[in-house]
Amino acid sequence: MGRYLLRRLLQLVPVFIGTTFLIYWLVWAVPGDPFAGKCGERRCPDQYIAFMTEKYHLDQNVFVQYGNYMKNLLQGDFGQTFQQREISDIILTSYPNTLKLALVALAIEAIIGLSAGVLSGLRRNGFLDNLVLVSTLFLIALPVFVVGFVLQWLLGVQWGIIKPTVSSEMRWSELIVPGFVLGSASVAYIARVARTSIAENRRADYVRTAIAKGLPMRRVVGVHLLRNSLIPVVTLLGTDLGALMGGAIVTEGIFGINGIGRQVFRAIITKESATVVGIVVVLVLVYLVMNLLVDLLYAALDPRIRYE
Amino acid sequence: MSDILVSEQSAPGSGGSGRPSGRLLEVDDLRVEFRTRDGVAKVINGVTYHVDAGETLAVLGESGSGKSVTAQTIMGILDTPPGFVTGGQVRFHGKDMLGMSEEERRRIRGEGIAMIFQDALSALNPVFTVGFQIAEQFRVRRGMGRAEAKKRAIDMLDQVKIPNAKGRFNNYPHQFSGGMRQRAMIAMSLALDPEVLIADEPTTALDVTVQAQIMDLLAELQRERQMGMILITHDLGVVADVADRIAVMYAGRIVEEANVYDLYAKPAHPYTMGLIDSIPRMDEKGQQLRTIKGLPPNLMNIPPGCPFNPRCPMAQPVCREKVPPLLQVGTARASACHFAEELVNRV
Repeated sequence: MGRYLLRRLLQLVPVFIGTTFLIYWLVWAVPGDPFAGKCGERRCPDQYIAFMTEKYHLDQNVFVQYGNYMKNLLQGDFGQTFQQREISDIILTSYPNTLKLALVALAIEAIIGLSAGVLSGLRRNGFLDNLVLVSTLFLIALPVFVVGFVLQWLLGVQWGIIKPTVSSEMRWSELIVPGFVLGSASVAYIARVARTSIAENRRADYVRTAIAKGLPMRRVVGVHLLRNSLIPVVTLLGTDLGALMGGAIVTEGIFGINGIGRQVFRAIITKESATVVGIVVVLVLVYLVMNLLVDLLYAALDPRIRYE
Repeated sequence: MSDILVSEQSAPGSGGSGRPSGRLLEVDDLRVEFRTRDGVAKVINGVTYHVDAGETLAVLGESGSGKSVTAQTIMGILDTPPGFVTGGQVRFHGKDMLGMSEEERRRIRGEGIAMIFQDALSALNPVFTVGFQIAEQFRVRRGMGRAEAKKRAIDMLDQVKIPNAKGRFNNYPHQFSGGMRQRAMIAMSLALDPEVLIADEPTTALDVTVQAQIMDLLAELQRERQMGMILITHDLGVVADVADRIAVMYAGRIVEEANVYDLYAKPAHPYTMGLIDSIPRMDEKGQQLRTIKGLPPNLMNIPPGCPFNPRCPMAQPVCREKVPPLLQVGTARASACHFAEELVNRV
């Protein structure tokens, strides 16, 4: 187990370097003058250009630039924006908001998706099963911005049940609807995967044994069936947390949440390359760690999986 | 052995007679069909058998003869759909289980009637320890605490002769060998001290040497506990040592029922004769193995008359017209063959 963990952590290094380099290269390789429009109407002063060129090694090739960037990054220095604002500050203020939103979305996915999946998987072709199938098809087919705007307009503007936008305090209760919007497609996938998994295992021999032991149906389903059916669901949930944090751009935009998605969007528009790279590096890191956690969770769920 | 229950096979859907008989477990004119997309398969067509405390009934038959489905119906673990009970009764202590509420039936499972499955690897839950799965019975059904349930579970593992039971408690099924796994399965099924044990091909998935050990263990536990045991098998060799009576099934019917000695010495049904003849024999070494020609009937389209007639070496015109009922032959046996008397009385 210890050796497995070590090996997996070592594997993260090349993946991390590879992905971040690609991002770095792509972002800085965007054609156009990086100083265009940075200094208002007029052209940037030569001094400023010289300073920035020196700072980001813009006269060097991309490998040198990347190497220097990583050197600073490993010391905790994300660099500054063109306005000399610390990028780490931007990440630190916006990241907790995104994390909060993603956790709400994840909880909604787990609770709604899993229970819908279990209930429909147990009674395949029943009324509930068909309801789940049709409604999940809707959620999968509708783009997030449609779900977001419709719910915002309906619940926030027409019926006044929620405030149309989230306040800066980011109360949990305010995040329920944005969380649902963010997780809407994933809820549907979770429900479908859980349904299939439950329906498959429902006829398994060990379930039959559990019934033959005279266990109450609650226990047969809740203990014996669920534990075996959870593995694909956990995979989906785990990798989704990474995706949720990157995918929050639209949701954060709709509900006015100051999160990482909004920051990265703004940074792309204004060609704040260093900010884009910094934020994406964090997202990559979260994604990789979540994947590792999921793999470790497998062993807890299924003892047949051993890490050698 | 004069207690063989011989009943006229009644008309389909007529149900059982329902009279109390003081028997422990009896299956009475049971009928089950599988409704599939391709049609209706009549899997059980009026099966009647019983088992009393302390005796072992072997149910013999090839794949698809309905022996396992009968057992599943008794346990209430028949997959519905596609399986549907269309007639008959399963009486436990004289009370029809098919008419009970799900809760009543659940209470009988494990405590009244328990079951051992063929493949212990898939029958045990892969993600829980063997100990947990045995202790679970004591905790859920007997309301014991964790520590006491564990003690009892280790005791059960000891009883089925698993070495180092205490150390094995926390092992998962995949960490056991095949024989040990089947022992664990037996321990689990006997945990609540059932009155009837149904063993559905308990040794089929095991090595020959291990098979004998498991059969001996089962026979020993059955004697000690004075359980009624229904041993389902397709292996005549397994049956001879442990069974008191044998019921031979074919196409969802009992075709012959007799005590072990009579059945082997003088089968009263051509199908049983075929089965016994197909056992490889040392004194016929080098000769071709004898088989029963043909295949079991398609259960969606069982031939008219005796279902065995297309494969029967002695078939006469009457066999294609009339279904032979299971009738008493001599004193303590029954056969569903038009020529049972002739078979028994032959020299």
